Amino acid sequence: MNVVAKTETGRALGEAFAVVRDRLPGKGKIADRRREAFDAYERLGLPHRRIEDWKYTDLRALMREVLPLAPLPDAAALKRAAGAVTAHAIDGVVRLVLVDGTLAPDLSDLGSLEKGLSIRALREVLDSGDGELSAQAFASDNSNPMVALNGAMATDGVVIDVAAGTVLSKPVHIVHVASGAAPVAMFTRSLLRLGRDAGATLAESYLAAEGAKAYQAHDGLVIAIGDNARLDHVRFVEDTVDAFNISSATVSLGAHAHFNTFGMTTGGHVSRYQLTVACAGEHSKVETNGVNLINGKQHADTTLFMDHAVPNCASREIFRAVVDDRAHSVFQGRIIVRPDAQKTDAKMMTRALLLSDDAEADNKPELEIFADDVTCGHGATTGALDESLLFYMRARGLPEKEAQALLIQAFVGEAIESIASDALRDVAIAAAQRWLAARG
Amino acid sequence: MSLLEVKDLQVRVEDREILHGLSLTVNPGQVHAIMGPNGSGKSTLSHVIAGKPGYEVTGGQILFRGEDLLEMDPNERAAKGVFLAFQYPVEIPGVTTWNFLHAALNAQRKARGEEEISSPAFLKKVREVAKSLNIPQDMLKRGVNVGFSGGEKKRNEILQMALFEPAVCILDEMDSGLDIDALRIAADGVNALRSPERAMVVITHYQRLLNYIVPDFVHVMSKGRVVKSGGKELALELEESGYAQFEDAA
Ligand SMILES: Nc1ncnc2c1ncn2[C@@H]1O[C@H](COP(=O)(O)OP(=O)(O)OP(=O)(O)O)[C@@H](O)[C@H]1O
Ligand SMILES: [Mg+2]
Repeated sequence: MNVVAKTETGRALGEAFAVVRDRLPGKGKIADRRREAFDAYERLGLPHRRIEDWKYTDLRALMREVLPLAPLPDAAALKRAAGAVTAHAIDGVVRLVLVDGTLAPDLSDLGSLEKGLSIRALREVLDSGDGELSAQAFASDNSNPMVALNGAMATDGVVIDVAAGTVLSKPVHIVHVASGAAPVAMFTRSLLRLGRDAGATLAESYLAAEGAKAYQAHDGLVIAIGDNARLDHVRFVEDTVDAFNISSATVSLGAHAHFNTFGMTTGGHVSRYQLTVACAGEHSKVETNGVNLINGKQHADTTLFMDHAVPNCASREIFRAVVDDRAHSVFQGRIIVRPDAQKTDAKMMTRALLLSDDAEADNKPELEIFADDVTCGHGATTGALDESLLFYMRARGLPEKEAQALLIQAFVGEAIESIASDALRDVAIAAAQRWLAARG
Repeated sequence: MSLLEVKDLQVRVEDREILHGLSLTVNPGQVHAIMGPNGSGKSTLSHVIAGKPGYEVTGGQILFRGEDLLEMDPNERAAKGVFLAFQYPVEIPGVTTWNFLHAALNAQRKARGEEEISSPAFLKKVREVAKSLNIPQDMLKRGVNVGFSGGEKKRNEILQMALFEPAVCILDEMDSGLDIDALRIAADGVNALRSPERAMVVITHYQRLLNYIVPDFVHVMSKGRVVKSGGKELALELEESGYAQFEDAA
């Protein structure tokens, strides 16, 4: 007999799902998928430390419950959101703003898109009855309860298509904003498809309007990169320090495709980003880089699953965590090299820098190799700033904090350097500098 | 008032006394050489003057222009004009030499209430100094001392000294690792900085350096004390007879 691990909070959410079900876009098959996903979530409940993948990020202890679904943003909410969007604007992008989990057309650049770029609201796609597209957007790993929950509850998101052969001139920037009237949960799901030989840059930001109440952002991103296409992806988690951000990205690459992704977490009370990358075509290349800069009682978890299923692909991971005060950084990186994936070249290097005695970092790199002709390696280090370097710098006149800041910048620099776009690299550098400046 | 006055300094490291009452007075315009066998405490003295953590001063004092140096953070000492050219300069990967020097110079100026120096003005200045010391430009673009040869690291120390224009320069074995030509260039760099306002303390094992940088005083250190002081001829004497005669005195 299966014992169903249903928590009190799980039951409450079950009732909530029954209530909101009819409000969620997509009928028929989509509604069935949502039901299945929700059942999958309900069977497992919020993940806890006895589930291996969630050992370091026990959502039952940290998050305790899933908040009620955010209402559609009203005019006041949109206005508050607009302020936050302006404050975090990146120049020269096609901006798509999701306010409280709903695409806000008035804040988004949906008009006169360049040729080969199509952008639709997920809600419309689901309601239009495009079964195949909806199914792709909802492709979801129901064994992960939080991805399943996202599939069950997603209210909106964007569906972005870049036509074969199109190389976009501007990055597309998805901005997730919590307008913050009440503590709520937002569920978004987006799909990005790059046709053969296409090229695009996708940026994502998570932020909140001023004075936002503790909220939960749940996002699921599905990316399909066609043969010989290239996607550059950067992600900035700048949520407020009492917010939860539970997100996933599921990426597949065709042959000769290239995926370069960078994530930086400076915000959020608890964040978990689960990135699953599958090389499905030969000669594809993946660069996964990330930086955590956290302090206070922040908890930031990046969990990567790199799946090499075919031969001749390469993957590189560089992850840097800077952890101050009582914060806790988690990096789990699992690389699987399946039996057919000969000549795989996979390397992962994670380093954590602890700035206080109470700071904590868990680095868990794992290699599972089932092919024999491969080059694979990983390494992980955790340590404090080097005292002898600090003294040398201070002896040259730099106050301690400034000397530390230079060393920290150098430490995260290697990961930030991997961002291909100059403009977005500058955004990341500026975010790191803001974090350092706030340290005093 | 003396520029630097070390009075009866006693220093411990991990419960072991290394300096047992060391005194040294340095006045503006003077060059002092400190010689002495390995382990006699020369680098310890230089570290304590610069403010390296980990040393416990159990007695005595260090005054800089009459101010208590031991009360100051290392960066305050630097801003006041104390400079140590390290015996073993560290490598700082990911921090370019340019950036580091610019940030350090501006930090010093800020601490002294002076205006910051702009990037172009700084570049001009650092280029000139680098040229005079035969340091190639591209070395300045690299991480601080990263991949530098032993001699290049030493020249980088002299470069910093020239850039910061300190009042007291302590050179801890700047000659070690330098080939003959590099030694001459580095010594010329040091000599160019000699001035009536500035003092130098040159720690070395070899008389040869003192042919280039001619000292006003030579001190022999042994077992944590200055056991003999004299003029430049004392260095020649040491070259002849070694340190054995002083070991007993210590
Ligand atoms: N951190 C430390 N812990 C323990 N002992 C130390 C430490 N630093 C210095 N010492 C000891 O203090 C003594 C003096 O060392 P110091 O480096 O000052 O000598 P030195 O005169 O500069 O020698 P050298 O000519 O070899 O450079 C040595 O015996 C050394 O082992
Ligand atoms: Mg020494």
